Amino acid sequence: MAIDSEPKIVAFCCNWCTYTGADLAGLNRMKYPENVRVIRVPCSGRVNPQFILRAFRRGADGVMVCGCHPGDCHYSTGNYFTRRRFMLMRELLEFNGIDPRRFHARWISGSEAAKFRDTVTEVTEMIRGLGK
Amino acid sequence: MSKTGVFICHCGTNIASALDVYKVAEAAKAIPDVSYAAEYKYMCSEPGQQLILDAIKEQGLKRIVIAACSPRMHEITFRKMLKKSGVNEYLLEIANIREQDSWVHEDTGKATEKAIDLVRMAVAKVQKNEPLKTSFIPVTKRALVIGGGIAGIQAALDIADAGHDVVLLEREPSIGGRMAMLDKTFPTLDCSACISTPKMVDVSAHPNITLMTSCEVESVSGYIGNFKVAIRKKAKYVNHDICTGCGLCEEKCPVKTDSAFNRGLSKRPAIYKLFPQAVPAKPVIDKESCIKIKSGKCGLCEKICPLGCIDYNDEDRLVEEEFGAIVLATGYKLAEWQSMYDEYGAGRFPDVIDGLQFERLVNASGPTEGRITRPSDGKEPKTVVIVKCVGSRDIKKGHPYCSRACCMYAAKHAHQILEKIPGSRVFIFYIDVRTPGKGYEEFYDKTRKDGAVYVRGRVSRIYKEGDHIVCQGEDSLLGRQVRVNADLVVLETAMEPSEGSAELLGLLGCAKDEDGWIQEAHPKLRPVETQVGGVFLAGVCQGPKDIPDTVAQASASAAKAIGLLNKDEMETSPMIASVAEDKCSGCGACEPICPYKAITLERIPDREPGTGRKIERPAARVNAGLCQGCGACTVACRTGAIDLLGFRNNQILQEVDALWP
Ligand SMILES: Cc1cc2nc3c(=O)[nH]c(=O)nc-3n(C[C@H](O)[C@H](O)[C@H](O)COP(=O)(O)OP(=O)(O)OC[C@H]3O[C@@H](n4cnc5c(N)ncnc54)[C@H](O)[C@@H]3O)c2cc1C
Ligand code: FES
Repeated sequence: MAIDSEPKIVAFCCNWCTYTGADLAGLNRMKYPENVRVIRVPCSGRVNPQFILRAFRRGADGVMVCGCHPGDCHYSTGNYFTRRRFMLMRELLEFNGIDPRRFHARWISGSEAAKFRDTVTEVTEMIRGLGK
Repeated sequence: MSKTGVFICHCGTNIASALDVYKVAEAAKAIPDVSYAAEYKYMCSEPGQQLILDAIKEQGLKRIVIAACSPRMHEITFRKMLKKSGVNEYLLEIANIREQDSWVHEDTGKATEKAIDLVRMAVAKVQKNEPLKTSFIPVTKRALVIGGGIAGIQAALDIADAGHDVVLLEREPSIGGRMAMLDKTFPTLDCSACISTPKMVDVSAHPNITLMTSCEVESVSGYIGNFKVAIRKKAKYVNHDICTGCGLCEEKCPVKTDSAFNRGLSKRPAIYKLFPQAVPAKPVIDKESCIKIKSGKCGLCEKICPLGCIDYNDEDRLVEEEFGAIVLATGYKLAEWQSMYDEYGAGRFPDVIDGLQFERLVNASGPTEGRITRPSDGKEPKTVVIVKCVGSRDIKKGHPYCSRACCMYAAKHAHQILEKIPGSRVFIFYIDVRTPGKGYEEFYDKTRKDGAVYVRGRVSRIYKEGDHIVCQGEDSLLGRQVRVNADLVVLETAMEPSEGSAELLGLLGCAKDEDGWIQEAHPKLRPVETQVGGVFLAGVCQGPKDIPDTVAQASASAAKAIGLLNKDEMETSPMIASVAEDKCSGCGACEPICPYKAITLERIPDREPGTGRKIERPAARVNAGLCQGCGACTVACRTGAIDLLGFRNNQILQEVDALWP
């Protein structure tokens, strides 16, 4: 397949902030690379580290977890847990033989369409640099 | 094969011009679970929906995937459509091929590949979707308003006017809150009592309002539409059913103790009304200072009362009431500056007072009948220093936040001094002057023209020198030290959450922010809701503000409460956490992580492994009324027993797996 040489990145996005921001990027017809596949979750706090490991194990070249800015989570405290959890993620990834630079947790609000575009672009470039 | 139908929308040319919808349909047909796939110009239109409904019938489809615009756009539309079809409306997934594909990519080939991936993910997920049912819970058509300041009064009146029963609960013997203590109110300078006491009377006369003064919330259980609240009715020692409020007892009581309402500037008897226009206009006995209650002697009020209302053996009583909605309006207290600012004399100088003390001094029904005098010697002050931001905007000693009303009431205080004391001088030490309200800048301007001198800088020291109180600080505009020999100093101190506010929030499961104020559900879009469904907030309890903002917020939260109480039943989202009891070990890890206190550990009957004996063991239980479906608990669960309906672990994993078929 043609896109086999292209990295595939899974992005878990919370429904209330980042998913909304991604939709807004679309409304504004912003352009970014095709490599990201978004999985909609209610909150970034819903993302189990197990999901991330599974994505890597299946062949993901990169994984992102994106949610509301700390303090703005729709469920008030959800993303504080996310933040704490993903600080430990690096070690978990290294332990599993995965380069932690392939994992990114980012806060993108529902109005930050440009930030969504820029983040996706930046992360895609970076992962491309790391190779398949 | 699971008989999944895939429907691909062109969205006019919005999708079809940027990717190959026919190719997506072909690819969809090749997915093993898919038994039917079609594309159409506008799936959300009437004929588009009919096309789907017909296909469901003709092809016997059991699960539906629609590749179209964002689910945030039309998921609800298509769910409604499915209700007409016999397929459960939750056996639907949307692949977002417009906002997150056709609109954002330029390479048709790659956009098409992505669309196929998105469809594949949706098909994989929908295989694990379960039929879900929205459930309905009944609503108790009654509101509880906690706190009888102007916020609580306004909210109670609005809800009652809409035809619902309201209990207005206040822990003091009278409603009125801080506004009842104020003299005049900026920027119009109308007398505070003249505008607030009629509202207090309206409350007491309203057929839909039950006033519960001297009461406190003891415990809260239940959830939106169905709260059970235990209320402690504190002993009043006076039978209010027969008392007429004649006032004889108050005159005869021999006790003199500090009046908290007058902020220690005068004394009151042990049997007392909070202030002359108190509502209810009936006295209570303060058991801490009553001689009869403390030592058995005295009993004068019982002897003098013509109606026999006094009962020294009165006791606290607990009652349980049910409510559908709760409004929090617990207001504020002023900071204890004495323990924060040693350099201001720490309370050793009686002529250094706070803003509410000044309000009582200048108030015609206050301890001096409105004459501004020095508490130490009763003399009229000629030079007054007003210090703003004491405890506010001071990270080191006080709070980081701005108390918002002080700039304006400092100007009001200056105006009142200049007006009442001919030849007086007023110096105001300030950091900034903030006047963002209607008529506020004009009021500040006028105060300066009246002669108030604004000095930009913090006061670093306040000390006594002879008859004077010296305020020393830096004028940061001129860059030099200034000393003012004052007769009276008014500290405009920070507002802080009311005493006991943290405990009350704990009972309700509401969060507080870093400074202790009640956390709103969303700072911009849900400013009068707490994150506990059915609990709303109004007034300063959410953060410092003035009366106009307080009243506006109170009416807003009343509107929210009315909206809830107008319903007979409430629809609840079925996408909530659910526990597989057989897998739950009862470890309780999910309980503290829930922001809504929706999870409790309960004992469930079971059989002992091996022996088969009947036993009880703990297991997590989710309260469907409280759970908002965030899924935080699912990640905390070690055994995978708790899962989120609609976003189950296996649904999400299916989506991941579908990317690498
Ligand atoms: C010195 C000073 C001058 C001011 N001057 C002005 C002015 O001129 N104009 C203006 O617009 N604003 C002014 N303000 C601001 C004004 O006081 C507030 O905006 C307003 O009073 C807030 O009303 P509230 O109902 O939110 O709170 P509050 O008035 O504090 O009422 C809260 C009520 O809840 C009760 N309560 C608290 N906790 C509980 C509990 N757990 N259970 C039961 N009851 C409870 C309290 O006893 C109280 O009665 C001034 C403030 C100060 C300090
Ligand atoms: S809802 Fe966006 S991170 Fe919690």
